[in-house]
Amino acid sequence: MASFKPTKIQVYPKLGEKVTQDTLYWKNYKAPLHIKEFGAITNIDFSPVAPHNFAVTAFTRIHIYGPFSQEPVKSFTRFKDTAYCGRFRSDGQLLVAGCEDSVVRLFDVSGKVALRMFKGHTKAVHVTDFISDRYQILTGSDDYTCRLWDLPNATELNTYQEHTDYIRCGVASKLNRDLFITGSYDHTLKLFDARVDKSVMTMDHGQPVESLLLYPSEGLLVSAGGRYVKVWDLLKGGQPLVSLKNHHKTVTSLCLSSSGQRLLSASLDRHVKVYNTTNYKVVHNFDYAASILSLALAPDDESIVVGMTNSILSVKHRKSLEDSKEISGQQRRRPSYRVFVKGKNPVPKRDDYLVSKPVKQHLAKYDKQLKKFNVTKALDTALETWTRHRKPEITVAVMKELDRRGTLKNALAGRDEQALARLLNFLIGNVVDPRFAPVLVTAAEMILDIYRSVIGQSPVVDRQLLRLQELLEKEIDYQQDLLEVMGMLDTMFASSFPRMEVPCPGISRANGLAGGDEITSRPQIQAT
Amino acid sequence: MVGHGDIRVVHRGGSKINSRQPVITQDSRFLLCASGECVKVFSTSTEECVHDLRGHTDAVTGVLLKPSNHLQAYSCSADGTVRLWDFTEGIHIKTYVIGYPVYSIYASAHHEGVIFVVTPMLNDKRSEVFQLVAVHLPQSGDQLVEALELSAVISDVSSNPAAIGFGKGGEFIASAKGLHLEVFFFKKQKSYRFSLKEDNKKGGKNTFMCVACHQKEDCIATGHEDGKIRLWRNFNHKKEYTFSTLHWHHSAVSSLCFTPEGTNLLSGGLESVLVQWRYNQESQRDFLPRLGSAITHIAVSPDGALFCTSHSDNKITIIQSSVKVSAVIQGLVKGESVRTDLMVDPRSKSLVLNGKPGQLQFYSLQRDKLLYNLDIVQQEYIHESGLEQFEVVKAAFDASGSWMATVEERNQKAAELELNLKLWAFDEQTQSFVLNTTISTPHEARITDMCFCHAADSQTTMLVSTSKDGHFKAWQLSAAAHTEDEGPSWSCDFVGAYHSLVPERCCFSADGSLLAVSFQEVVTVWSPASWELLTTLSQPPQAIRDLCFGRLSCSKYLLGTTASKLLCCWNLLTCSLEWSTTMDVSLLLADPLTENMAAFCFQAGGTDLFVFKPSEPRPLFSHKAVCSGKVTRAIFSPREEMLESCEESSQWLNRSQLHFLTQYMDLMTFTTKAEEDRLLASSRQLVVDDSVAMTPFYLLLGKHRQQETEDAVSSSLSSDTVPQSSAAIKQLLQTPAHVMPSTSYLCSMFVQSLLISVTDTREENKHAEEKMDSEREEEDSEEEMEPSNPRPQQASEACSLTKAQLRELRRVRKQDHSWSAGFL
Repeated sequence: MASFKPTKIQVYPKLGEKVTQDTLYWKNYKAPLHIKEFGAITNIDFSPVAPHNFAVTAFTRIHIYGPFSQEPVKSFTRFKDTAYCGRFRSDGQLLVAGCEDSVVRLFDVSGKVALRMFKGHTKAVHVTDFISDRYQILTGSDDYTCRLWDLPNATELNTYQEHTDYIRCGVASKLNRDLFITGSYDHTLKLFDARVDKSVMTMDHGQPVESLLLYPSEGLLVSAGGRYVKVWDLLKGGQPLVSLKNHHKTVTSLCLSSSGQRLLSASLDRHVKVYNTTNYKVVHNFDYAASILSLALAPDDESIVVGMTNSILSVKHRKSLEDSKEISGQQRRRPSYRVFVKGKNPVPKRDDYLVSKPVKQHLAKYDKQLKKFNVTKALDTALETWTRHRKPEITVAVMKELDRRGTLKNALAGRDEQALARLLNFLIGNVVDPRFAPVLVTAAEMILDIYRSVIGQSPVVDRQLLRLQELLEKEIDYQQDLLEVMGMLDTMFASSFPRMEVPCPGISRANGLAGGDEITSRPQIQAT
Repeated sequence: MVGHGDIRVVHRGGSKINSRQPVITQDSRFLLCASGECVKVFSTSTEECVHDLRGHTDAVTGVLLKPSNHLQAYSCSADGTVRLWDFTEGIHIKTYVIGYPVYSIYASAHHEGVIFVVTPMLNDKRSEVFQLVAVHLPQSGDQLVEALELSAVISDVSSNPAAIGFGKGGEFIASAKGLHLEVFFFKKQKSYRFSLKEDNKKGGKNTFMCVACHQKEDCIATGHEDGKIRLWRNFNHKKEYTFSTLHWHHSAVSSLCFTPEGTNLLSGGLESVLVQWRYNQESQRDFLPRLGSAITHIAVSPDGALFCTSHSDNKITIIQSSVKVSAVIQGLVKGESVRTDLMVDPRSKSLVLNGKPGQLQFYSLQRDKLLYNLDIVQQEYIHESGLEQFEVVKAAFDASGSWMATVEERNQKAAELELNLKLWAFDEQTQSFVLNTTISTPHEARITDMCFCHAADSQTTMLVSTSKDGHFKAWQLSAAAHTEDEGPSWSCDFVGAYHSLVPERCCFSADGSLLAVSFQEVVTVWSPASWELLTTLSQPPQAIRDLCFGRLSCSKYLLGTTASKLLCCWNLLTCSLEWSTTMDVSLLLADPLTENMAAFCFQAGGTDLFVFKPSEPRPLFSHKAVCSGKVTRAIFSPREEMLESCEESSQWLNRSQLHFLTQYMDLMTFTTKAEEDRLLASSRQLVVDDSVAMTPFYLLLGKHRQQETEDAVSSSLSSDTVPQSSAAIKQLLQTPAHVMPSTSYLCSMFVQSLLISVTDTREENKHAEEKMDSEREEEDSEEEMEPSNPRPQQASEACSLTKAQLRELRRVRKQDHSWSAGFL
């Protein structure tokens, strides 16, 4: 004797984004912490040494925040005008920043007053960075020049005048003391070698370059400008690898995750996108309230810090492992747990006589009623409020099963005003859903057949029938429009592909259309 | 034309076991059922077939335990004979020749030496009218007996065996036909007839379907077409009969049965629910639902411990009286038609075809046994006639047997077609197929053909389905896109069409590099790697019916048959027609292991078979008139071990076997003479000397009777010479232990024989003289009790013996110790 086979509930593919490992990883952050700054936040830089404070450059100040503090632990306010690009040295002791007034200032992190002032640029300095030997700095300015400075003497070492527009980004190599790269609004990236007087490599980004990022291995360079993010292979002489266009406004900031597996880009379109660095597909997306100017990730991805144009600094901390574990552990140890812990996983001994207990089949309520052939009750159960709203596929599956058994008409018949109204409500809500339409159209036809004689007796039912009619008319128009669009697309596809002549021996000669036919059938499938 | 010499078409397994009511033996250990031309004995506990009782030359129509001997059974057959069997040993005892086809058999303990059979009316041979005939079985020692004493009991009975039943231990017999119930009382030699109206008030049909009689009381239960059961009482009066009505079944009651004590009534029908009614408390019922398919017969064991039901899907279910299923004996399920083609599972080498509704059956050809049923539809089957159910219409296996694709459809009236394509992965752990992907509505119209890419070394498996909607689609296994928890699944890879023609057939070449799809009269050849249309071949004016690539060395050939009775062979290297011939090929198929192709041609009501190689103009083998009607389903199945046949005409059978289904759903195959000889040799040990009735007793003793006489003569000459390898000793050592008498019995006999050895030698001459019919001796023992004819002789010859000695002698003779003769 076979057991009762329960009604099969069709599993429909979930609409919306899929849950992936990446989503889980990037969702595992606490609610963001918002800190109000004095102006647009143009740069965020994490200290390379523990406890990984970060410097936030906003308007005329640079604030240094501790990893969990809401108040700045330190602030540098001695700027005459807007400060730019506050960056830490590799030992976390010194901080350099450019300024609108063309002076570059060097601070001791523990001090307050600038240790050195580098004067020489004639316009605002937007780019500053330490060279990896720690005794030189690199600056880039709106006067189209970039310069190298010696820290101990505060003297200018070299000037490069190759760019033909503002230099707005630059990065120094961490592995080689002589190399640095700058990006400019003249659409180019230039790789400079301090040992010679001119650039050794030039790459054309095609858009004003806003941000640069070197991979830890320094073989790959990422540049952002306009809506594009481009990856260049430096070891192959600056050959472009990929060009990503996932934002719909200018990309302003780039950042790598600590493992180097994911690349993050922030844009004025208020999104942060996470790319997989092996195939450069977007794996995750963050939304923010305002246009983003700067983005930084703490070491080990402990926090994501984002600076926006509305002068809000958003800090998201990663949920610690203990937090999530504690919650699940508490849930499992409910009071009843102790009661049932005894004999939970016993192992039979050698002399034990095993008495097998028949496994009871658990059936849903509607299945129990279907098993007893109570068709009306089964449909009533499936039409309960919760099921109807949350899991319409169950209701539809029960209707389909009843239809298969040939008893759908019996189940639909004999309903009072309230029950009929509920049924019609469900139909109105779901009949145009392409997943449910084949079943519900049959049911709707049956309902109209059965209750034709009582139309006009209840205002509630009449109103609903009118709504149903309206809905169907609208749907028919919509489908007609869609078909028209599809016809247009087909024509375009067919004309855009060249006709292929198929070698055909023997009798049939006229089948040149084959290539066109084959291709036009593709979009149809996608549409259905 | 090559003569077909020693190749024969034979039936191959899978005969029906549900045609007649099965019989459970007295000790409930065995179950007997009619199966084709033989009676099968199954063990009720292990479900294995213990014996095949073969001998009838036509379908067996009934099996019955002999009322006077519970170890013997009668079987009747349409060949006009009734045979008596010893079913525990599987031995044929006697044949009674009736002379008319027998359609069912009845017997009761009340009527000794008489069996009742249903035959066509004696005077006219038209088989529409039947009568119940009492046959007096002649007492005769011969094995073949003509039963001439026939007397009609009731004329105009139903040929349905369920419509006749003995009541109250054999006092009366009840027969139902149409709207009449006839009860015949043997004592009074009088019959009563009761009639019902055709329809009752509610429009239910009153036609009788089956009859069962209570064994203790005067009560007849009848089942009716509208699902009602009527219990008739007081029917020995013409007018004052009464009946009460029980109603649970919603469609016709096909079988009824009282338990031996009469406490319960069992009924079953199309609903496939066994209903157990309490006698006299009919409101109390027990149900055993979901037995799989419609119940056709119900039987109860003589002790009432077991019930068994046979079902329309060729199945017998054995049920304990506590209404619990204990065993299921399943035969090859044969529906109306096989909508999926015949297929061979590459792993188990079993034949796969449609089985129960919504299921596929895996049937082992070698062992003639159903291996398992795979539920494809996975929906509750509603047993109601006229309901459209999901049915498996297509199935395909890939080359390694690790994937299976099935298509199920439900064709509703006035509504759109429901189609599901399911892909099943073989699970090594559970050794069965597990559902991997379900694609609902893969095409917009019915799927016409489906095939897997059969290349063994290809990295990805590919499935191509063609449909009436004018497209063919390629499906490919793709890794899960995002998460790890779901494994790889199937998705559509390519959709192809050609001039909006309807694709009919598709076929992959042997290496999987080409796909041929026939669009009505045009064959298109595609490259599955790039989905380029490579070439088109066509042979107007008729549509292509079958399409098949050659194998191995002939893989450059593509063969097609058209509806206009043409068989074409294209060479794909030159893209031209190699040859064509005119024949109405109903089915074309290729042997996967050799280059051979088989074509079944329909000609003048019969089907001919041609086996050929695409490269050779002459057929390897041809067989005229394989069967009547069209053959539309056939398959080459690989052999387990290669046959070594040197004859040219039968070499095509060396590596694989050709099975086909006839119009009447009989599974047939081709065998060579050598193969048959080998089969025969393996069953030779069952063949015994037919001169005397075969009983185990005879087997044990009969031969020694003669040997004893010879021995005695020789021992009288030299009494101390012991025969070295006496047949008796050999037999003693070779006889299975379970059929031998107990050791204590043998020992006492042996000792006794030693004690009286003196008298024994004296009697030697007498022993030699008397030629006792051994069968007589063991059958009628009373004959020995009364003074037998050798006695006066003995008295006259050895008058010197004392009275006591005589008594002793007689006792010894009565006790057959021919056994011990061997030892002496």
